[in-house]
Amino acid sequence: MTNEDIVQAIKDIIITIAPDEEVAGLKLDVSLRDQIELDSMDFLDIVMELRKRYGVNVPEEDYKELASLQSCVDYLAPHLADKELVAH
Amino acid sequence: MDERADAIVIGAGPAGLAAGIRLAQAGLSTIVLERHWLWGGLNSFYKLGGRNYDVGLHALTNAAPKSARKLPLPRVMRQLRIPLEALELGEQLGSRTVFPSVSLDFSNDFDELASQVRTKFPACAEAFDELARELALSPHGVEEGPASTRTELLRRLGDELLVDMLMHPLLWYGSPTAHDVSWSLFVVLWKSIYEEGFARPRGGVRPLLKLLTGRLREVGGTLRLKSGVQRVLHEDGRTQGVLLDDGTVLRAPLVLSSAGYVETLRMLGGTFAERAATEPVGTMTFVESCSHLGQSAPSLGFDKTITFWNHSERGIYAPSTPAPFDARSGVLCIPENYRSQDPEPEGVLRTTVLSNAAVWEDLEGEAYGAQKEAAYQASLAAVSTFAPDPRPHVIARDVFTPRTITHFTSKRAGAVYGIPHKVDDAASGVQGLHIIGTDNGFLGIVGAMVGGAGVAAFVAAGAQGQEATP
Repeated sequence: MTNEDIVQAIKDIIITIAPDEEVAGLKLDVSLRDQIELDSMDFLDIVMELRKRYGVNVPEEDYKELASLQSCVDYLAPHLADKELVAH
Repeated sequence: MDERADAIVIGAGPAGLAAGIRLAQAGLSTIVLERHWLWGGLNSFYKLGGRNYDVGLHALTNAAPKSARKLPLPRVMRQLRIPLEALELGEQLGSRTVFPSVSLDFSNDFDELASQVRTKFPACAEAFDELARELALSPHGVEEGPASTRTELLRRLGDELLVDMLMHPLLWYGSPTAHDVSWSLFVVLWKSIYEEGFARPRGGVRPLLKLLTGRLREVGGTLRLKSGVQRVLHEDGRTQGVLLDDGTVLRAPLVLSSAGYVETLRMLGGTFAERAATEPVGTMTFVESCSHLGQSAPSLGFDKTITFWNHSERGIYAPSTPAPFDARSGVLCIPENYRSQDPEPEGVLRTTVLSNAAVWEDLEGEAYGAQKEAAYQASLAAVSTFAPDPRPHVIARDVFTPRTITHFTSKRAGAVYGIPHKVDDAASGVQGLHIIGTDNGFLGIVGAMVGGAGVAAFVAAGAQGQEATP
């Protein structure tokens, strides 16, 4: 997956979890929680969807790596290198 | 070869269904088991004499718009991925607490209660406003606080009658303990009832349950009815699965039980079941009735949604022991008095009065029937003192006692509000077995869904799931 795909993958997950949020204009390097309303349960859901869709297991101590779209890309790139963007 | 799943949920009421949905959403193969042939648990539904009855639903608390994203109801619907608007909630028209010399009206607009207190208890107005401000800023979940709300409120407000009246609907909504609640529970009840308020799904509990069972199915969860659990199997302190009444074994490392803490201990067998015998039982139970009227209740002059009455100088909320019922304190609910309800051919009127379980255990046959009738008549007589007399208009009714409740839901002593000391951490003493629902400290339909979804999300995040189900 390219970095753009990873961003899209996260946006797709956010759309599933929080369908009322506007994901199109999300800034890459600003924390997600500063841009849209995501609480700790939502982050758990993001972690779950990553596991379901891409088989990636994010341990609890790494949750902070998912703070922004850019940090998601940095953290997930090695795990998603050989995966395809899941259509949703 | 025993059947296997990633997760089992015991009980298909709101807590179990919400938990099942979240577990399945997390990619765990999930089976929800229900003893009864119908789902809904304490909030099920049934048909009698050709009429539809809801078992429990008087109101959904925590009424809030979708935009109030952090509030419990919009939040849990988002977590279940069911649109809030699908519930088609109609807000209450307005409720009332009635004591002998004064009443307090309240609605989903908090200011109505505030202005009532200002008018009727002017000496307490400032203290009340300060309390209200503080509670408005408080989150729903507060860990700390006094054990006695009554003492704390009296200290702050200085008027026993006002304290009784403010607590009355909250206790009824309710409290698992007589007379008083912990501050942490009080905060939840205050916010859920006074700040957020009451609403009713269009059509009652049935459509709500349909959304839950539908969503469970949609995410690949299974619901099995007539599948009572006899035993929760465990070995070396770890959950192995369940044994059903019919002898089937279902293996799973995760079991979430909404059957009740003590009921679940019994299912564990051995020393756990022995402990169950000494665990305190919930003491608060009730006699409930649902009457169908020959014309709509509003047309007869019933204009409030829910009325919490108390025909005594001091507030009464306690078991009716030694009497089988105590109609001095009770709740009147008029389902038609919510907005956006479908017009029904017949009026409906629900009452609830105080009771106690032990007395009903000893009544048999005619004596049981006679006391049931007496409780029903006393309920309606009590209603007639502050509202129109419904008795000439009743064309059908159903009444249930604590024994009825236990019979259909397996809740010990008909304790619909569960045990007095909640299992806040959902721990059962066996790894992989978690307590959800009323005994986990969550009350009402919304509470049950919030609690079930919350525990499920927490355990699913820790679980190593098998392949996601399609």
